[in-house]
Amino acid sequence: MADFIFFHSYLILFFPLLSFAVIGLGHIHSDNRFVAKLAITLSSLSMGYALLTTLAYLIRLPHLPERTMLAYNVAWLNFSPGLTANLGMYLDPISVMMLVVVTVISLLVNIYSVGYMKDDRSFNRFFALLALFSFSMLGLVTSGNILQMFVFWELVGVSSYSLIGFWYEKPSAVAASKKAFIITRFADAFFLLGIILVSFYSQSFSFQTLNSPETAVLLNRTVVIAGFPLNLLTLATLLIFTGGWGKSAMFPLHVWLPDAMEGPTPVSSIIHSATMVVAGVYLTARMFPLFAASESTLFFIQCIGAFTALFAAVIAITQMDIKRILAFSTLSQLGYMIFSLGAAKVCAEGGHHGPVVNLLGYSAAMYHVFTHAFFKCMLFLGAGAVIHAVHSNDILKMGGLKKLMPRTYWSLLVACLAIGGIFPFSGFWSKDMILLASLQSGHYVTFLVGLITGGLTAFYMFRFFFLIFHGEARSQLHHVHEDPWMTWPIMALTVPTIFAGLLEHTFVEQVLPPHLSEASHFAHPAWLPWLATLVAIAGIGGAWVLYGAGKTEKATALKKAFGSLHTIVQDKFYIDEVYLFVTHKIIFARIAAPIKWFDRHVVDGAMNLCGWLLQLGGRIVRLVQSGQLHFYLGATVVGLIALLFMGQ
Amino acid sequence: MTLSHCIALSLFLCAIGIFGMLTRRNLLGILLSVEIILNGANINFAAFAHFRAADPVAGAVFPVFVMAVSACEIAVALAIIISMYRRKKRLDVYRLEELHG
Repeated sequence: MADFIFFHSYLILFFPLLSFAVIGLGHIHSDNRFVAKLAITLSSLSMGYALLTTLAYLIRLPHLPERTMLAYNVAWLNFSPGLTANLGMYLDPISVMMLVVVTVISLLVNIYSVGYMKDDRSFNRFFALLALFSFSMLGLVTSGNILQMFVFWELVGVSSYSLIGFWYEKPSAVAASKKAFIITRFADAFFLLGIILVSFYSQSFSFQTLNSPETAVLLNRTVVIAGFPLNLLTLATLLIFTGGWGKSAMFPLHVWLPDAMEGPTPVSSIIHSATMVVAGVYLTARMFPLFAASESTLFFIQCIGAFTALFAAVIAITQMDIKRILAFSTLSQLGYMIFSLGAAKVCAEGGHHGPVVNLLGYSAAMYHVFTHAFFKCMLFLGAGAVIHAVHSNDILKMGGLKKLMPRTYWSLLVACLAIGGIFPFSGFWSKDMILLASLQSGHYVTFLVGLITGGLTAFYMFRFFFLIFHGEARSQLHHVHEDPWMTWPIMALTVPTIFAGLLEHTFVEQVLPPHLSEASHFAHPAWLPWLATLVAIAGIGGAWVLYGAGKTEKATALKKAFGSLHTIVQDKFYIDEVYLFVTHKIIFARIAAPIKWFDRHVVDGAMNLCGWLLQLGGRIVRLVQSGQLHFYLGATVVGLIALLFMGQ
Repeated sequence: MTLSHCIALSLFLCAIGIFGMLTRRNLLGILLSVEIILNGANINFAAFAHFRAADPVAGAVFPVFVMAVSACEIAVALAIIISMYRRKKRLDVYRLEELHG
């Protein structure tokens, strides 16, 4: 039975693809209700099969070596006898977890979108693209080799591009989608280089080979590039990580993510929770055994993650746009996941089963991906419901929505408590695990950063919450109501947000990378959860004091006290401006413009000269054909006489 | 009358034809000149057949062929000239130069 289920596990991907093809090719102008039904049905089927596969996997789990299996595996591209790329369905703890997360969230977002998009004239196109997005992400998480993953990786990029720019009449949406695509593509170029590098040395694309200790040994050599001696393993892993760096929007490649808010809110929701941004974290986790072989790569990942976590949290405090606050909060949470992965500490080299690693950071990162997906999806869906009701993104124009939108209010309260890390909601458990992992890694600075970020997170999330729901309405509100299509998915998400904490032990014990033996866990200091909760409560308390009444007077006074510091943070440390300066003033003006001149004048000039010379020749030869009959006849006679004389 | 006389006559006719072909401005005149050239060639065939060939009939066949072919040629050429005249109302070759490059 289980074999039968595994054999047909491609159906998980097939249903969204079918949905995309049928709606996109056949029903783009059909009745909206029919399309919605079709999309939701196929999405449910995909989710149902994903859950079935999960069940079969859990039954099979005790018999699986390294907890991984290939549900099926067919040869796809035969490059050479030694190098073949397969098309497979890779099941291991993290891919199974992601299957559940992606399909569940995709279904809920589909249901929600029926309410959110009901007045949009591109309703059907939206559902087609959403299905493509789910398909790409499901393909990404189940890829059995890095090349297949790269294909789906790019598909995720393309579908997010078309969804961010969904309202293509809006110039800002078009700019945002281009920005997202170009930045992630830029990072993907390095990812591809990394793929080439590792597959060249290991002669394989499959994750099983790439993650094996032998590959790490093969790659562990020093090469000299432009005079710099580099460890090939570190270089390759950093190149691969760069792909995840762009996709997961780590500093300084984070600039696309806040702008991606131009897309419809359900898209933001699915991008921020289950697809796209977690792809980078997922890639890092997928290649973790190889990454773990290089201590400097792990340390680098940890630093980047910790910095992004703090950096984004600081910016989130000052933002006024409801979706931008959430975008920066996602950045901050992604930073958590990345630095948690980096915090899995290499304890010893060698051994029978490769390097010995303390894997708590890995489990913690995956656990946080899991919990974050649900509460962040919920926050975005809730924000979407608020935007739909108020028709504005500015939190200063909201306020007093508690009475008007009670269901959204209570659901978002749960989500904010979860992301703030309050016991017993899911965020508390995953954040606690991440903090513990960073404490164990011995890099106390990152632990401190994680702790402070936790407090800031609680502060800005409750600032967001109080400003939207508490106090009096700060603008005229008409016909505020809750659409059941939108409130039910939000309320359904409270279930995993509240109860995901129960899975903590499962994650610690089962969600582990292959090919690594585990070091004994360090003691869990009893003060850690108390400290984390204390910091979170301090954050919430701060938000309550400043914004609890739904008023902004106290905050405005504080803002004045900070003066230009506040402006710098609110303008996001001018990173966008730096990008604009670098691209326009340096790349466009100093590099692109001379190249353009060379192309226009030298390359085009040479081509034009060739054409001009040929034309000139043609013009001369054309004189012979005068159209005068006598000229032809005379030439014939002269030619004949000349031939006669030549014959003699 | 010897072979030389005949060759001289045919040469004379050819020269008249070529001169006419190069100097006439009227298409019909050029057509007539071409016919004169052909007749010069015919006389040449006939003369050589008469004076030199073992079997005179074999040589005399060629002028007959040439006449038949030139009759066809005239039919086609006249048709072209007539239709051209209908279109242009003139047959001056100096002015008919649409086919220049």
